[in-house]
Amino acid sequence: MRKRRVAFPPIYLAIVLVLMYLPILMVVLYSFNDSRTSATWAGFTTQWYEKLFRNQSMGQALLNSMQLAGWSVAASAIIGTLGAVGMSKARFRGKGAVETATTLPIMIPEIILGIAYLAIFTAIGLPLGMPALVIAHTTFCVPYVYIIVKGRLVGADPALEEAARDLGASSLRVFFTVTLPLILPAVLSGMLLSLAMSLDDLVISFFVSGPTSTTLPLKIYSGLKTGVTPEINALCTLMLGTVFLLVAFSQLMSAKRVKSEFKGGTP
Amino acid sequence: MSDILLSLRGVSKNFGEGDVLRGIDLDVRRGEFLTLLGPSGCGKTTTLRIIAGLTGPDTGNVILEERDVTALPPEKRNVNTVFQNYALFPHMNVANNIAYGLRVRRAPKQTIRTKIEEMLALVQLEGFAKRMPAQLSGGQRQRVAIARALVCNPALLLLDEPLGALDLQLRRQMQLELKRLQEKLGITFVYITHDQEEALNMSDRIAVMNDGGFEQIGAPDVIYEQPATRFVAQFIGQANLMEARVTQIHENSLTLLHGDQTVLASAPSDGALKAGDSCLLCVRTERLHYAEMPHAPFTLTGMVMENRYTGGALITRIRLPSGEEWTAGGHGRADEAPAVGSTVHLWWDPAQAAVVGGGRGGA
Ligand SMILES: Nc1ncnc2c1ncn2[C@@H]1O[C@H](COP(=O)(O)OP(=O)(O)OP(=O)(O)O)[C@@H](O)[C@H]1O
Ligand SMILES: [Mg+2]
Repeated sequence: MRKRRVAFPPIYLAIVLVLMYLPILMVVLYSFNDSRTSATWAGFTTQWYEKLFRNQSMGQALLNSMQLAGWSVAASAIIGTLGAVGMSKARFRGKGAVETATTLPIMIPEIILGIAYLAIFTAIGLPLGMPALVIAHTTFCVPYVYIIVKGRLVGADPALEEAARDLGASSLRVFFTVTLPLILPAVLSGMLLSLAMSLDDLVISFFVSGPTSTTLPLKIYSGLKTGVTPEINALCTLMLGTVFLLVAFSQLMSAKRVKSEFKGGTP
Repeated sequence: MSDILLSLRGVSKNFGEGDVLRGIDLDVRRGEFLTLLGPSGCGKTTTLRIIAGLTGPDTGNVILEERDVTALPPEKRNVNTVFQNYALFPHMNVANNIAYGLRVRRAPKQTIRTKIEEMLALVQLEGFAKRMPAQLSGGQRQRVAIARALVCNPALLLLDEPLGALDLQLRRQMQLELKRLQEKLGITFVYITHDQEEALNMSDRIAVMNDGGFEQIGAPDVIYEQPATRFVAQFIGQANLMEARVTQIHENSLTLLHGDQTVLASAPSDGALKAGDSCLLCVRTERLHYAEMPHAPFTLTGMVMENRYTGGALITRIRLPSGEEWTAGGHGRADEAPAVGSTVHLWWDPAQAAVVGGGRGGA
């Protein structure tokens, strides 16, 4: 009885972890597999990575993706942060409804968002391509920044901003010297999440990218039509590595935040 | 230059669930230590926030240094605040917290450096400049908050229960320090507390608040000796109250009847009472005496209900014939306690018993 109770969680945990990570591990392994068919292990190689780096169109897609992520993360960081700060101070009728409306896009299926963006861009005559992509990605990234920053603001002490004003600071100065430093960790977390969302988006980009602005996920997807090449495995491995690094970084940052908050607990 | 630094004129505030402030008037004199004293929720913090500009009044005016500042935002008022929980900036060290107001005013670097040193010395925190607020004790945070608020030489310093979070011993020590600081700098303090002892110890004047209005504004001894209302008499110190009717008026005292028992009290200076008026009499616990023999012309008696000996003071509960229970205390040793159930004669120095509100308030 007792033994089973102790043994059950580790087994359960092991099963879940294997189910989650085995497929990913396969991709990584195959990227180093010296065989085109990728069914059996034929020895270690880095040739697929070399091939990948020589591939011009892949490089262009990567650049496109990075450019897109850069613009949309920056834009959504500004819009989401200002929105959260503004809404935390605002008092008006129907505020709850507006807040729900702000965060709802997270729950709308991407395919619907993609069709919607395509429809609106066609209607207003915006050519598909990088600007359209940036607008679309910014729109779906804003709610993430908004939610994370707002969560941070809920726990913030309003007396801090009042103290700054009391000492003579203008609203703008209060924002940059008190509010922003206090919510900065949340803004950065929101930006990391947005970065991840933007980098791996396929569905929405599929609708609004146009012929010249192929992003990395789109490139991979189109490459799949001719079967999974080891090159794609190599690319996926690189992307995985990047994502893991980002996650580790954000974990480290929030651990630091928790620590400093613990030290700064209520007097 | 006027003697009055700050005036509130007919200030009222309603947050939507009834009046929090009911048209209050207040004059604060230059250089004085004025305390707002009152029970929780009576509107002390709201009053302070209106003075600071952090909350706008619904009606009325705030006049600071002869200028109407009602519409000015907090950053444009020559007033600084020490907040209830200090509100130190957690991401700045002590020096940067203190320098905040100076940097906002674009003071030269050298001035800032000397000012920080000066303020740290003033609040006895030399050597703490590089510490973060999280690394300070409650009392130290308190001092930083005061230094930060004083660094810009405000005309008026507002303090919202600055000692509320400290333990009793530190609290007593900080009371003395604050009072000394205020006298040394000559800055006007408006100070909030709901601790009457603190108010009596530190203030030049006390404004007793209740339910969104002032009950009485006056020097501590006046508030204590001549309470203007029943609320003030009961809120400050330990008061014994009784309804009585004036029978005779002498030069300095009154003869009154409580039921058919005679007592004396001091005559209000404004002579507002006539023979036959009823009034409320206030006798402080420590000024009520009792004995086995009558003390003419007092004929008041009571029955001893209970004796309690609390470190140095014998507290005796006595029931009057009218059924009211009074407390006598502050004198006597445990072995001098009167027998429970015995009848004692009560008396006091007429000069030390006041008619509440000088005969008009209270009753
Ligand atoms: N922003 C607000 N919105 C609604 N009601 C408020 C607000 N601020 C204060 N009140 C109400 O106004 C009343 C007075 O509040 P205030 O903070 O001035 O009391 P206080 O005398 O400072 O009490 P305490 O000693 O507990 O600090 C309270 O009933 C409080 O609930
Ligand atoms: Mg308060």
